[in-house]
Amino acid sequence: MEGVLFAVTAVLALAGGVGVIASREPVHSALALLLVLMSLAVDYLLLGAQFIAVLQVIIYAGAIVVLFVFIIMLLNVRSGEGPPMPRVVPPWLAGVLALAFAALLAFAAATARGPAASLGADYGTVQQVGRALFNAYALPFEAASIVLVVGMIGAVALGKRPAPTPGRRRGAGER
Amino acid sequence: MSVPAPLYLALSAALFALGTLGVLVRRSALVVFMSIELMLNAVNLTLVTFARARGAVDGQVVVFFVLVVAAAEVVIGLAIIVNIFRSRETVDVDDVDLLRG
Repeated sequence: MEGVLFAVTAVLALAGGVGVIASREPVHSALALLLVLMSLAVDYLLLGAQFIAVLQVIIYAGAIVVLFVFIIMLLNVRSGEGPPMPRVVPPWLAGVLALAFAALLAFAAATARGPAASLGADYGTVQQVGRALFNAYALPFEAASIVLVVGMIGAVALGKRPAPTPGRRRGAGER
Repeated sequence: MSVPAPLYLALSAALFALGTLGVLVRRSALVVFMSIELMLNAVNLTLVTFARARGAVDGQVVVFFVLVVAAAEVVIGLAIIVNIFRSRETVDVDDVDLLRG
């Protein structure tokens, strides 16, 4: 049962990954990315990481992909890629490099052996992860909040239109 | 754990390689960005797999931090892309080459 579920999600994730890099329209890439993220959420459930699976759906699928789609809508980018021009890495070389890298990673993965540890009944629950988060990882947790605040401030600062120069000022009632 | 860990790791390796390929080949900054997300997710899958193999939740805590950083990164990165589009009317990474030597 788990094996079947894993096979289905693996195929879906790989198909989605190909879709992300092969789609001509950015929107299709974003939807393919959504497929990958949901498949991985199921994989996290198979691995007993319930909390991470929920976070994956809420943060990645719920927030990040929506942000991507929103920006695509905002920019209204057409399929985007102009006529080909000479580039540093030709596509076939990029393919060979990526394939070699995948083989290297797969080799490392196949040699990674160890006895599977026995798990408690509450493995991966919000309680257990939360306890680790607020005890051993309390300081990184606070640092993460600072990262988020910096991200918010940065987005506001970058998204703001440049302030009008005094010479170009309009009437007082107009903003 | 009926599915052996190396299978999850192989899936993660394939996804990471796909992300690498996307960053190398695609020229739309948005798609390059999505490929980076693909790589981040591959790494997350590795972390969760090893957390499961070790029977400890520390790997899952690291995934939590990766999610936080990815959220901040997407917000900043997309804001930069919007700014580039405003000033140059393009999101093609090959057109934005002011710093090219």
